[in-house]
Parts: sequence; C-alpha cells; structure tokens
Amino acid sequence: MTDTQLLRRLPHTRSFTQVLGRGLLVFLLTVQGVSAFALITLGVMLTKFRVARQAIAPLVRQQIARAGVQLLPMFAFISIVLGLLVIGQSVALQNRIGAVEFLGNIMAVVIVRELGPLLAALLVLARVGTAIVVELGTARAMGEIESLEALGIDPVHYLVVPRVIGMALGIFSLTVYLIIGSLVSGYVWAFIQGVPLLPGDYFNQLAGALNYMDFILLALKTCGFGFIIAIVTCYHGLAQPIRVEEVSRATVRAVAQGTIACILLDALFIVIYLAI
Amino acid sequence: MNTATAIEMCNVAAGSSKDANIVVAEQVNWKILPGEYWVIGAPQHSGKSDFLMMIGGLTAPREGDYIFLGVQMPVFDETLLAHRLKLGFVFDGGQLLSGLSVAENIALPLRYHRELSPDELDARVTELLELTDLMAMANLAPGRIGRAWQQRAGLARALALQPEVLLLDSPLTGLDARHANWWLGFLDQLSRGHRWLDGRPMTIIITADDFRPWQGHARQFACLSEKRLTVLGDWSGVEKSRDAAVRELLNVEAAP
Repeated sequence: MTDTQLLRRLPHTRSFTQVLGRGLLVFLLTVQGVSAFALITLGVMLTKFRVARQAIAPLVRQQIARAGVQLLPMFAFISIVLGLLVIGQSVALQNRIGAVEFLGNIMAVVIVRELGPLLAALLVLARVGTAIVVELGTARAMGEIESLEALGIDPVHYLVVPRVIGMALGIFSLTVYLIIGSLVSGYVWAFIQGVPLLPGDYFNQLAGALNYMDFILLALKTCGFGFIIAIVTCYHGLAQPIRVEEVSRATVRAVAQGTIACILLDALFIVIYLAI
Repeated sequence: MNTATAIEMCNVAAGSSKDANIVVAEQVNWKILPGEYWVIGAPQHSGKSDFLMMIGGLTAPREGDYIFLGVQMPVFDETLLAHRLKLGFVFDGGQLLSGLSVAENIALPLRYHRELSPDELDARVTELLELTDLMAMANLAPGRIGRAWQQRAGLARALALQPEVLLLDSPLTGLDARHANWWLGFLDQLSRGHRWLDGRPMTIIITADDFRPWQGHARQFACLSEKRLTVLGDWSGVEKSRDAAVRELLNVEAAP
C-alpha cells in the first residue's frame, strides 16, 4: 500500500486542522507520484524509442484512432455548436456597440487560443481518459502487469508510451478540426443572423488576429494537454496497487486531477501569451 | 557459486508480492541442476506463488544470494534482458492480457523481443497453438474460453521464447482429468526434450498443493511449510517423510 492510499484509509476525523493537513499531504504525495511517473515515462520514451517497434507501432496507431479519429463525429457536432455559442453572444453584443469588424478577432482569441484547446482536452479526458483508468486499473488488479514483467516487457513502454503519444497527437488533431469547424460554423451563424460581413473580410480579420506564435503555442499546449491527461490517467490505473472495487474511485480521482492539471497548464500558457 | 547449476540459493528469504512486510520463505539453501524437474508442494495460502515469483525474478529476495545461470537475481538491468528471458513463467490461470486474442497473447513476446517477418511470426504462433491444442480458439478473447484453456495459452506464451527454465504456478489446480493428463504428458515431454526446444531438456519448477498427481512425472520434490523449504528428494523421499505438511500434501494422516 502506498503512503497516499494509507492516508486515504485513515479513520475520519472531525478536527479541521487534521483534515486540512491530511488533504495537503495527499495532494503533495500525488504531485510527487505523478511527477515521478511522468519522468519515468519520458525516460522510457527516449531510451526505448527504437525498441520493439513491431509491437509498439500498432498500439500507437490504435491509440491515435481511439483518442482522435473515433471522436471526430462528436467534435464535428461540438464545433458547430461552439461556433453558434460564441458568434450568437458576440453578434448580440457587437450589434449594440456597432463593432462587427471585431468578429474575427473575437473568434481568434476565444476559439483558437482558449476554448478550442481546453474544450478538446476535457472532452478527450471524459471520453478516453476515463476508459484508460478503468482498463489499466482492471489489468493491474487482474495481474496482467505481472504477466508483462514475466515476459520481459516493460509495462510503461507497452501500456503508457502508446497512450501518451496517441493522446498528444489525438488532442492536437482534434483541436485543429474543432477550431476549423468552429470558425467556419461561426461565420455561417453570423451570416444567418444577418451580419454584414463578407467571408473574405472575416478570414482577413482572423488572419490579422493570429501570428506564428499562436500556432506554435497551440501545438505545444495541445500536446501538453495530451501528455498530462495520459500521465494522470495511466498513473491512477497503473502506478499504484489497486483492487477491482477501487477502480471507480481511481477513475473519479483521475478525472478531477486531470481537469485541474489541464486548467493549470492553460493558465501557464495565458501567462506566456501575455509575456510575448 | 557454480555456474553449472541452473539455480542456486544461499540463505534466501522471499517476501509477499502484495505486502513487503510478510515473509513467505526464509533461509532457503537450494540448488537446481539443468534439466531437473521439481515440484514444490505447499498448502494453500502458504506463499508458494510469491516464492515462485521471486524465483522468476519478478520480486527481489529480501535477503541472501540467488544466482540464476551464473547471474545474481533479480535482473532488472535492460542489458541483461536476454538472460532474464531464459526464464519462462506460467501463472495460475494463465493471466492472459484481456485486450488481446489468444493468438495475439502467444505472439506478444515474439513481437516484442524478436524481429520476425509476419510469415515467421505466424508460423511460430501456429506451431504453439497446435502444440497446445488451441487452434480452434486462436482468435477468441481470453474471457471467452475456459480457465483450463487460458492456462494452456499461458503455457504457450511462456514457451514462445524457448526459455531454459520454466516455472509453473499450480498448473493442475481446478483441471479435470483430461486436462490434467495433458499437462502431465506435455511437461514430461518438455523435461525429456521437446522438438519445440530442439530436443533440449527443460528445467521445470512447479508449485502444487497436492503431490499425488506428480508421482511418476516429477523427479525432485520439496515442501514449503512455515517459511522453510525442505528438500525431499525423489518420490521415495516424499513417501518416507513424516512431516505433517508433506503428509497433508499426500492427503494422508500425519504419523502420530
């Protein structure tokens, strides 16, 4: 049993300071555990980059399909709705102040820099991240990890690395599709609402509002989201001894921590945007 | 230490894989020569699986020296991976990966450790499926076949890399007579030298909670009881033993 699990199983206390102290200890131990797991995974990714490609490459493709291709229909729907939400609110406001020429700028800031990447990450966390915790937690509880070790197969290399790569590329690709879909649907909704804006002007506004750093930071941010989600979910499913009945609780914890970690990374990127 | 031995243990203590504070065996002094066929008898929940996992290098000995084919165990160093793969491990129930089919489970070690062409891979997996009578179940998920067949798939997977030493955790537990006879016959072939191993006799170590089925098959016996490993020798040693644990494993009353 790990220290974190031990702390969670301690009897309940009514003392506020004890509750606070215990919570803080659990938080610090979790940060330590997840960080160590992330470093181990990075180490394995680098040292075993060319090892067993025949076995790992199909797993990476499978994870890209799972965290990317298979989610495309849902993201197509979300992109249409997102365009409507942002444009609907913006048009109502801008009509009052007569500033429709900023429609493209608003879409660039809201969709490209903020909402698109974060929404894509949280949707993938909900759809794929939860499944990862359940399948790895169950595999661990059923002794499948020992099977891999007995076969001389590093479980981090076989189970975690493909998920990290798949999740990072999946979220990056889905964000790009989500942004494109939202920008296009945004214009369609604006057109339906009678906004006097030509397509060329709208896309000129978008192009004017974006620069090359936006694309670089978008790629880094989305890959970062994918890395964090894969690490947090794999950590909760794999890195700790777990019983089958504990898998659901581990899933809830992973989703909560994954969400917080993504929002913190997003906040870091806001600081970077403001600094450059 | 003698490198001619397959396994040599000196004052080894083994802990539980689930709780590091629990000792399941201590002061184990044991030597296994290549080609020997051992059965370690132990009552249920006595830690025989944990002891076998320590032999398999999945856990480290709590104390003492454990030498496997001349190298100190456990081997976690990647540079010694080829040495570690000389050990094959068959878990109780097979412990197949649930996300892969039976054939994919068997192919996994070959895919991971050997750079084989698809045709070579198919040929080897097919041969293993035929050896273990699993051809009809090759494409099924482990959850769709019986426990006895899962155990056989676990054996095929462990044999895929042609190890020198094979460890089996309670292979006959829960099997009917037909399956049990198949296992006994197949392990005899492996011990004598099977064509899959190019005729090389395999060193076999098995845990069991009943000695009787192994009479006439295994050649060496030991008993793990109250954290002590007692080497009994051949079957006559088992029969002569007055130890209560050994008598229990023979399902006879202990001598008064």
